[in-house]
Parts: sequence; C-alpha cells; structure tokens
Amino acid sequence: MSDPIVISDESVAAAVDAALAAIAAADDSTALKAARGAHVGEASVLSRLNATLRDVPKEQKAAAGKLMGQARARVAQALAEREEQIVAREEEARLESEFVDVTALPQRARTGARHPLSLLQERIADIFVGMGWEVAEGPELESEWFNFDALNFAPDHPARAMQDTFFIEPVESHLLLRTHTSPVQIRSLLSRELPVYVIAPGRVYRTDELDATHTPVFMQVEGIAIDKGLTMAHLRGTLEHFARAVFGEGAKIRLRPNYFPFTEPSAEMDVWQPNAKGGARWVEWGGCGMVNPNVLLSAGIDPEEYQGFAFGMGIERTLQFRNDLNDMRDMVEGDIRFSQQFGMVV
Amino acid sequence: MRIPLGWLAEFVDVTPGSTVADVHAALVKVGLEEEGSHDFDLTGPIVVGEVLDFVEEPQSNGKTIRWCSVRVAPDGETALDGGSDVRGIVCGAHNFAPGDKVVVTLPGAVLPGGFAIAARKTYGHVSDGMIASSRELGLGDEHDGILRLATLGLDPVVGTDALSLLGLDDQAVEVNVTPDRGYAFSIRGIAREYAHATGAAFRDPALGLDVSDASGFDVVIDDDAPIRGRVGATVFVTRLVRDVDPTKPTPPWMATRLSLAGIRSISLIVDITNYVMLELGQPIHAYDFDTLTGGLRVRRARTGEKLVTLDDVTRALDSEDLVIADESGAIGLAGVMGGASTEIGDSSRTVLIEAANFDPVSIARTARRHKLPSEASRRFERGVDPAVAAVAAARVVQLLVDLAGGTADELGSTYSQHARPTPVELPDGYISGLIGADFTADEIRSALAEIGGDIEEIEGGLRVTPPTWRSDITHKSALAEEVARIVGYERIPSVLPVAPPGRGLTREQTLRRQASQTLASSGLVEVMAYPFVSEAATRLFATPKGDAVAAVRVANPLDAEAPYLRTSLLPGLLDIVRRNLSRGLTDLALFETGLVFLPEPGVDYGQAELPVGGARPSDDVLAGLDAGLPAQPRHVAVVFAGQAWEKQPALDARAVGLADALDSVRQLGLALGLEIRPVQGAHPALHPGRTATLVITTAEGETIVGVAGELLPRIAEDAHLPRVVAVAELDLDALISLSPREIAVRPIFGYPAATQDLSLVVPRDVPAREVSDAVARGAGELLEHIRLVDDYRGSGVGDGEKSLTFALRFRAPDRTLTASEASDAKLAGLAVATAEFGASLRE
Repeated sequence: MSDPIVISDESVAAAVDAALAAIAAADDSTALKAARGAHVGEASVLSRLNATLRDVPKEQKAAAGKLMGQARARVAQALAEREEQIVAREEEARLESEFVDVTALPQRARTGARHPLSLLQERIADIFVGMGWEVAEGPELESEWFNFDALNFAPDHPARAMQDTFFIEPVESHLLLRTHTSPVQIRSLLSRELPVYVIAPGRVYRTDELDATHTPVFMQVEGIAIDKGLTMAHLRGTLEHFARAVFGEGAKIRLRPNYFPFTEPSAEMDVWQPNAKGGARWVEWGGCGMVNPNVLLSAGIDPEEYQGFAFGMGIERTLQFRNDLNDMRDMVEGDIRFSQQFGMVV
Repeated sequence: MRIPLGWLAEFVDVTPGSTVADVHAALVKVGLEEEGSHDFDLTGPIVVGEVLDFVEEPQSNGKTIRWCSVRVAPDGETALDGGSDVRGIVCGAHNFAPGDKVVVTLPGAVLPGGFAIAARKTYGHVSDGMIASSRELGLGDEHDGILRLATLGLDPVVGTDALSLLGLDDQAVEVNVTPDRGYAFSIRGIAREYAHATGAAFRDPALGLDVSDASGFDVVIDDDAPIRGRVGATVFVTRLVRDVDPTKPTPPWMATRLSLAGIRSISLIVDITNYVMLELGQPIHAYDFDTLTGGLRVRRARTGEKLVTLDDVTRALDSEDLVIADESGAIGLAGVMGGASTEIGDSSRTVLIEAANFDPVSIARTARRHKLPSEASRRFERGVDPAVAAVAAARVVQLLVDLAGGTADELGSTYSQHARPTPVELPDGYISGLIGADFTADEIRSALAEIGGDIEEIEGGLRVTPPTWRSDITHKSALAEEVARIVGYERIPSVLPVAPPGRGLTREQTLRRQASQTLASSGLVEVMAYPFVSEAATRLFATPKGDAVAAVRVANPLDAEAPYLRTSLLPGLLDIVRRNLSRGLTDLALFETGLVFLPEPGVDYGQAELPVGGARPSDDVLAGLDAGLPAQPRHVAVVFAGQAWEKQPALDARAVGLADALDSVRQLGLALGLEIRPVQGAHPALHPGRTATLVITTAEGETIVGVAGELLPRIAEDAHLPRVVAVAELDLDALISLSPREIAVRPIFGYPAATQDLSLVVPRDVPAREVSDAVARGAGELLEHIRLVDDYRGSGVGDGEKSLTFALRFRAPDRTLTASEASDAKLAGLAVATAEFGASLRE
C-alpha cells in the first residue's frame, strides 16, 4: 500500500502537473496510452485522490469535490487534445506512406471496342426509329424469287447480271447469297400491315474482289415506305433528314436519273457532305426511287391505292467517306487497331 | 458506251467550246453516268510531210538507216512548229520512196506515253523530227514501217495538220448505259439524250436515208419453239452489194472513230458493219454471198447440231439456240456471232448484209450458254429499235458503195412483224401525284414529245404511244420518270413524311445490341469475318448432325479453297487472330456476332421452279420458298489468345485460358438475363479436358446453347496459333428466345445473416458444381448464397479425392438465425452431398 494521500491544493496540483507533463511528452498513440494509464487509470494519483473524497469531512466536501473535478477535467481535456494531434499526425504519415504514382498503376481490365460498322448501322437504325420507322431483317441465304423475281428483275434480263451474284450449289435450287437487302423489303410488304415504313440493315454479297473500295461481303441499309400518297418529294425529304443526322446540319441531297428494276422513277443520290476533310463536297451515296408497281404486285398490294419509295446505301462506303478512310480493307480484316480507334463511338 | 465527240456533233449541236467534262455533265443530268474519257494522247505539231530524197547509210550495228530530206511545209513557208520548210530526218524504216506523203512529228510534239519529240543527234545527224508509223500514232497495230498516206487513199497538201486530217484530235466520253436503255448503245441514242439534256437540236441519222426496198432473196422465219411465246426474229432485212473490194483501206476518220469507241479496226467491211452498229445501234452481219447455199432460214438449232463460229471454235448447239441457216445447215448464232464458213475474206466480192431484230431473252440465253458476250448480243439483250434495221442496212450499202467500190444490187428481203408499241394511258395528275413536283401540263406534254412519244388527248388524260426504240416504256410510271428526268430532278421538293407511331426496336434487336455492347464493355473487340470457309474448317467446326456434316457450298466462290458457308463463327475468328498475330498483336480478345448456315444432311433445299414476279404467290408457295432455306441462326463467339494483361509494375502477366471464355459467357448471360451453366463436355476441335458444354435450365428442361473450350494444341499448332487459344460459341438466337420475359423477383430481408464454411471430401471426378447444387438443395430455404472457396488435393486427402470448401450464407426472413439453426441447415446440405456423392466432412 502506498503512502496515504489527502486532497490538498498542493497534492492535486502536483498530480495534475505530472499528468500534463506526461501527456505533453507522449509522442505517439502508444506513449499516450501509457500516459493515460499512468495518470487517469485506476492506480493513478488522481484516481486515488478522487477516491479519498468520500472520506472528506462534510463541510469540506464541496470545495474538495470542485478541486478534484477541475483537475480531472484539465487532464481529460489535455488528453483529448493530444490524442487528436497524434491521430492526425499518424494518419497523415500513413497517407504519405501510401502514395502511389497514378500513372504507373497496373491496368487489369482490357479495352474492348465495337466495330464501327455495327455502331454506324445502329446509329442509322436509331435515326429511323426516331421517325417512327421499324427495323426489319431477313435471311442472308435467300431464294432467287425474293432477291430478283419479286423485285421486277425479269428472268434473263441483263439487270440480273449487273448484280454479280454468288449462287448456291446446285444452281437449279435457285438459292443465292442476297445481293442487296431488298428481299427484306418484299418480306416486310408480305408480312406487315400497311402502311409500312421500315429499314433493313444487313450483310449482302457481291462477287467483287477485295480492294480499297470494294469488298465481296458488305453491309447495306435499305429503306422502304409504302403508304397512300407518298411521292418522290417525300423520298427526298426522308433522305435529307437522314443525311443531316449522319453528316451534320448542312447536308443535302441531289438526285440524278438512273435505273433500277425495282423502282420507277429511279435515281442515284449524291449527298452534300458539309464537313468533309478538305472541304465540303458532293459524294455518291446510293440509289433510290419510287417503288415499281410490279414490286407492289409481287407483294399483293394494289399500286393504284398505295405507292411509296425505297432507297439503299452501303454502310462501308458511308463510313469510308464520313470518316475519311482511304482503304476499305481495314474494315474487313479485323485488325484490332482499327476498331480500337473508335472504341464505343462512331 | 464510248462516244467520240466529233461523231456526236454530226447528229446534235454540241455546245461550242464544250469540254469532255461539259458533255459528261450534260449526259449525267439525263441518267448517263460518267465512266471515263478517251483520246489519242497526242500533241502536235504533227504534219503531213513529203519525202524529197534520202541517202542509205549502213551502220556498225548491221542496220541501215535512211537520212531523209523531208518537206514539211509548202516551199518557202514556215512549218507548223515555226521552223523551216524542209527538214533532215533519220528514219529506220525502208517502206517508202521519194515522193511519198508521210506523217512527220516535229520537235515539240508528244506521242502516247509522254514520248516527247525533239531535234536530237543520232547516227551522226541531227534528226529534226520523226516520220511516224500507224502504231506510234495510236492508229492501229501496224508496225511494219512508217505510215504512207497513200495507203489510206490520201494525198493531202504538205504541211497540213495531220491530227485533224486523220481525226486524231477527237476525244470520246464514256458513259454507263443502264440495262433499260438499249437505244443508248448508239451515237444516235446518245445524241438524242444530249439534246434532252441541253435543248440542242437533234438530227436523227435514221431519217433522210433512202431505204429503197429490195426483194427476191429467200428468207424464212421458222421458229417452232419460241421462248415464252416470243418469236426469235421479228425483223429480218437483207441487202446485197456486188463487186466490193474488201482489201481497200478503212478511211482514217472511220478508223479513229472506231478506235475512240473502243473497237479495233479489222478490215474495211467489218469496220463498216461495226461503224453502222455504233452509229445506229443496229448489229449488222455480213456474209460472203458466194459461200451461201440457197436462201436463209431463221430457226432453232437441231439436237446435236454443230457450228464453227467466227472465232474458230466448234460449238455444240442447244435446241434453244436461235440460228441462221442455209441449205448446208447452221451458218451463224443469231445475234451473237457469225459462222466461219460464210465469213468475209480478202477474196470476197459479193456481200449479203443482215440487219435483224431478235428476241432479247433468246439472245441473252444463247450468249450466256456459249459464254459469248458480244457487242451484238449486248445490244439485242437490251432491245434494239425494230424500226432501224432497214435504215441500218441501207447505211451499210451506202458505205460499201462509197468506200469499198461496191454496187448496190436489187436482190434482198424485208421481213418485219415486230409488234407496234402499245399506248400507255396517263391520267391527269398521275405524274405530280407520284413525283410530288408541280410540273405543268405543257412541261409534261413537251417532255413526252421530246422523247419521241406520240401523244393523244383522251378523256381525263393523255394516251402516249412510246417510240419504237423505247420498249422499256410499258407503264405510266415510266412516263413519269421520263417527264421528271427531262424537266429535271432538281424540281422535286423536299418533304418529310410522317410515319405512323412505330414500336421501336424489337426485343430481339435490343437484346442483340446489349449482348454486343456488354462483350465490348468487358474488353473484347468486335470483328466481322467473311463467312466463306474451307472444307477442312467446315469439318472441324461444324455442328455434327448425326454422322454427316453438312454445309452450304457456293457455286461460284471467289476463293476456290473456301467455297463453303460457315457453320461456325470460329474458323473466321481464328483467321483474324492469325492476321493480328502476324502483325505483332499478340494479346487478343475478340468477338463476333453473325449468321451461320446449317443445312440438314440429305435435305434438298431451294426450288427448281420459282413463281413469276409481279403477282403475289399463294401463302403455300411462299411458305415453300421459306421452307427451302436452310437454318441461318445468329451466333456469337469469343476468342482469347496471349495475355489477359502483360507484366506491369507490381503485377505479373496473366495468360488467358478457358476461364476467360467462361467469363465472357457469364457476361453474355448477364446481358440477356440468363444463367448459362458450363458442364464438362467434348468437341472435336477442343481440348478433351478443357471443354465445356454450355447449358441453360428452364422449367421446360435443359437446353444446350453452345460450347466453350481451349483449342486442341495440335490444331492450334497447325494453324500457327499459340498453344492456348480459348474460345466459346453460342447460339445467340436461342439465348434471346430463352431470355426471361419476366424476372421473378424475391423479397429482400433485413435480418442478420449467419455465415458458415463447409469443407467436404468427394471423389475427384465429381464436378464441384454438382456438389454445390446438392448442398444447396439439402440446406433448404435458409441458404441464401453458396460459393466455392477452395479445391484442395494433396496430403490429408486421399488419392482420387478432393476437398471442396464452400462459404455458405444463411438468412431467415422473419428472425435472427441462431448459430445452431445455421449449423443444422449446413449439415442437412452435407447429408444430401453424402447421399449423392459419398461426400464426407473434412475435419
């Protein structure tokens, strides 16, 4: 048992001074914890002094209690302040030690990419969906009837030879790889309620050797609208709206007479590309026209009641001049550096 | 079609000063698209010279050159290059004599290929120009010495500009003639179109020629098997010219025009027939009359009949071929190519001219059958003006008389049974209702008159009879096109139509996009391979149907090595992997979505007979067409090669493997709301121990939706790929059809969870997933989640066994679980695993 102690101004002040000195001397959280134990713990002088309060005579109790209370409060406050300082300093040191070079952290996630042709095809679909059109699809391996006969290509007509068709063995099966997405137009007219406003994006096939501006497998988007009272003016309006969405506000459309079996009148369309690298220019974009009455008849539609327009263009070609790409081979070879330039944006 | 501008100007007033570009700009307005331009690539001064004298000088190389004195301008006058009138010129040829008129290229001239002429020192002289050969001028293939103008029947004044004298200063535009405009395969047709475009005056060369009737020559049209009811010949005109001299030279104006038009000059008579064909669009055939046996008969070929054509090929004829025959048999393939036995030669004296009109379909089939596309068949296929045959025959007669010294004979024939053009009714308002432009009644009438239409007023509109050369005009929409293009497409306003409200993308389209977007977001690069594959690839990656592997074969593939349509996306993806590897790009994660073509073995696809166009086939017929197509589902495939990531600071490189492919499968499942489960599987192209069959379980049962695995190392090596290539391929259409339309949502409970680990020992060949499923079934509804933490094999675990550790999370919906409740559930799980797989608790 240590010496008996009593509360007095001197004894309390000495205990407080000792505690404050120890707290001030504590340099880290361990030292502070030790100081706390030594000066406010059960066995500390202050605690023991405090414990003697119950033995203080009644008349001195108030004064002694006040003295003890103030002393303990001073120590507690000093502890709290010191703790805050130490925690802050230690946290700072830790953060400092955790510094990394943000430019040298490892990359674990791969960077993928969509193919720009897919993205452009989806963008085109969205433009038309925004106008209330729908997106139609069909098989790539088709019956000649859908690819030619229904589209007013007469058997033995030289227009069939223009299409450079891949035929399927045996040739008597009249199967082919579709040369355009127009079979989807016929399928849409056969299966949908009138009026019909659809676009048909998809892969098509022609027997062209691959070079900078041709590929035997390419993507096309075609549109067809059949309604009452549609005219070639509506065709131009639709194409102009489309062109502005793809090439910018200043885009416009020029039509030149041409021939396609499935349209009459037929036109070649040029687009005015306002933001072309090297200056605004006219670019050949695709073909279009008013749907030939024979095509409507193939789908069982009365051409005296309904009429409409159709158009089509290559997506590769569109991407090529829209993004100033000089070699179409880059689009088909699958070199990852090509698509990665686009990432998820076209 | 190439059009020499000088020729064009004979029939239409070409705007003075027009360049090739101006003519192109005019023609494109009416629908004749620019294809190119042609000229002789010659720059003057090139003049007519006269050889005055020469000295022969043998050279050390064995050659003898002639040192010539050549007059290039009249006496005392300045030559075209500003130099003196007589020049010294070295010439290597010997086919000339003093007094001969020749063509001299003076210093400053440029010959084809950029060959510039200058005064230069050669063989000890300064040669002040060059005496030109036909070939050097681009006039022909003749290179046996220099060109003597006398051989062309010319005796021009010395010093004359030889370029204009010979027509070498002309140039040609080339346009694309669309298949509906057969008449534009002629200078006549193009001149008419130029007139439409510019409003210039058109002079029809088919008018104003004396077409006197000839008769007495026996021609019979005897078509006993018309194709689709169309008689093979509807017009057949013959004319006879006697006493021709086939050896006379083709005049230079004709030779240069033919050359600019892309047709080689052959001999005077052949050149004349070609010239008239180009001018009027009417193919002409010329027979050596003295080799004919009797009259001519137009008939279908007999079975087994043979014909030696002009190209000296013996052709076995088809009974559908239309032939011209005499009493000896077939002597020509009508409208395609003549026969050798009646060919014009140097000794021919009497020429029988044929100008006919043949059925386009018959000609097209014969030309295709015998692989003989000719200038004649090209025109007949597209339709020749039936009214121009007699004119063209008369024009040939005229040229044979004028140029070949012939005499027109009265013997000949005229057969013409061509149907007159059918009138087309054009209701008032139809054109503006189709075009949407405010064309006036006057504009409509004058445009229709301009194209040669015969217009008649009828109640409520017009009745228009198309001209004979416009067999393509059979419907009022064609009249609308004519009016629109003649008045001008620029008159069409721009009006945006309002479509009825649409339903947006379909669910399939949205999910497909989501699948691609998800794979790209998870680090894969989208590629698109061609669908053409080799037989070997087809065998390796086909979806086997029983014993047979079936694939669609292309009849005319671009690459004979790859004639099949893919049955799997993987061969194409692996090609793309290889291409990237060859470019030094070694770490690859690729995906593709696309159609594959999956015929059933033994099924005959397609239809031998197709319905006709222009009428809706019955539902049954349409269903038959669809049933005739093999399945073409859309697949999705991924491939990984190299490292998932390279070594980096504080991170080692990680090589790819099957787990990467299965991660992508999971991503795909996420995108489509599906759990796609791998189970141990097998595939001929994949590693036997690292192949997963991909399965989806629904209330209806299990569906196999694809396969994932690492490529068999041997196959990878053969294909020059790294040893580890991980792939997966799934039927995207099937996935989308299985994608839930409604998500079953369970309530989320907030009571505390109890977690427990469970380590148990099972035989090695039991798949972890099955053990996990068994535990989950046994643990019951309190089990919220189970995860495989460890798969341990080694000391403490018996041979042929493995220890699997699972982390289990339990939760009750209505209370805080006690530890003993969780333990009981766990042991219930163990009990099922024990019952099913003999699992024991690992202490």
